[in-house]
Amino acid sequence: MSGVDILILSLLGGVLGLDTVSFPQAMMSRPIVGATLSGAILGDAGAGLLVGAALELFAVDTLPFGASRYPEWGSAAVIGGALFAKTGNFDAGRLTTTVLGALAIAWIGGWSMVQVRKLNAVWARDRHDAVAHGARRTVIGLQLAGLGADLVRGIVLTALGLMVLQPLQVAALESWSAGAPLSRAVVVGAAGAVSLGAAYKLFHAVPGFSWQFMLGLAAGLGLVSLS
Amino acid sequence: MTARPGGTTPTLPLTTRVAMFFRMLAVQGAWNYETLLGNGIGFCVEPALRRLPGGLDGDAYHSALARESQYFNAHPYLTSVAVGALARAELDGEAPERIERFRTALCGPLGALGDRLVWATFLPLCSFTALFVFGVGASPLVTVLTFLGLYNAGHVGLRVWGLQVGWRKGLAVAQSLGHPILQQAPLRLGRLASVMAGLSLPLAVHRIIGPGHVLLGGTLVGVLAGAIVLTRLHGRAEGWKVSVGILTAFALYSVIR
Repeated sequence: MSGVDILILSLLGGVLGLDTVSFPQAMMSRPIVGATLSGAILGDAGAGLLVGAALELFAVDTLPFGASRYPEWGSAAVIGGALFAKTGNFDAGRLTTTVLGALAIAWIGGWSMVQVRKLNAVWARDRHDAVAHGARRTVIGLQLAGLGADLVRGIVLTALGLMVLQPLQVAALESWSAGAPLSRAVVVGAAGAVSLGAAYKLFHAVPGFSWQFMLGLAAGLGLVSLS
Repeated sequence: MTARPGGTTPTLPLTTRVAMFFRMLAVQGAWNYETLLGNGIGFCVEPALRRLPGGLDGDAYHSALARESQYFNAHPYLTSVAVGALARAELDGEAPERIERFRTALCGPLGALGDRLVWATFLPLCSFTALFVFGVGASPLVTVLTFLGLYNAGHVGLRVWGLQVGWRKGLAVAQSLGHPILQQAPLRLGRLASVMAGLSLPLAVHRIIGPGHVLLGGTLVGVLAGAIVLTRLHGRAEGWKVSVGILTAFALYSVIR
């Protein structure tokens, strides 16, 4: 991955990190979108989509409810798509290390969003009197400052994530001993379990959940058996 | 603002409504743990407040902007209802105390309804639909466009509806939140999402894991067992964090062995 690639991916990470909460919250930051875009930038949208789908299974468990702390998927998805798509070589361990790296970035991203919110609070407190007098420039300025801080946060996080995780992944894959099928099964099994657990958590109170889920599952397994 | 003969709804210029809509997309830009969405509400209502007597330099403008920039909390998409209603209340010249009481009263319903309708139902439904489309072999472009198209039809539609209904009803907007469509939607979308969850899971797992029915079968059994464990842990540990631990352990084992 060249310096230009890292620069472009970092800008994408900033934009998608911003989308997570601040602007426009159109869910371009969801892994299935962000990782695909990232993969497309490196010339392999299909690889990006594959890892994006795996991350999306995790993301169903982490919804952005109010003031709670949740993972920031925008930057994480860009890093995930890039780590998986950069070589076009899906050797054993690549999916596992990619997903693990993206999850770590999502976790750090959630923490960094909290820091930006604290910074917003400091700025708001310092300008409390001006806001209390209805100063237009202050109200608009606070909003733009918050948006700017969040954009910078996403750019920096993506750039640092790519620079740290790329060599780590190379080193891990050089000594990776588990076979490709087992490596994939572990990561997909974990992702699927999280997704299924999330579906139960969200919808078990819906009348007839079990039957509706089983109906869908039967149809899904039927389609798999036909393929 | 224009006078209202016969109690008809006053009109806001299109440019003002467009400005308010685009600002609403950034309503959480200055989100913080003290005033939460407060500054964002002031930011979104501001284009309408310019129409108060005296304009940008008038006392009415400054008082209203200060009032609208205080603490506020709600679901971000449904703040559009509050933005429309508060803009109408300010331009109608409602008493400040009444507007402040109304603002406070709106927070709970707009937060609860939005969380239930969007975060807990519609977003997972769109995710499972995108995973289904991916699972049946769709291209990256089709998968991404399906997700973004479906989700944003609901997202943008909700914001536009909220701004319109808020402006039309003003302080009487609460009755619109009890509309049967809004009240029934979480249940109906939840049923659909339950089916899509079951449908998408084996297909998505199959496509990620690649060919081999034995491997797929073993993985699906693992998925079921893992989900049971995570469900039992409900409230004590988040599934994705547990997975980070498992994947880290597996990666260390595979590298060190």
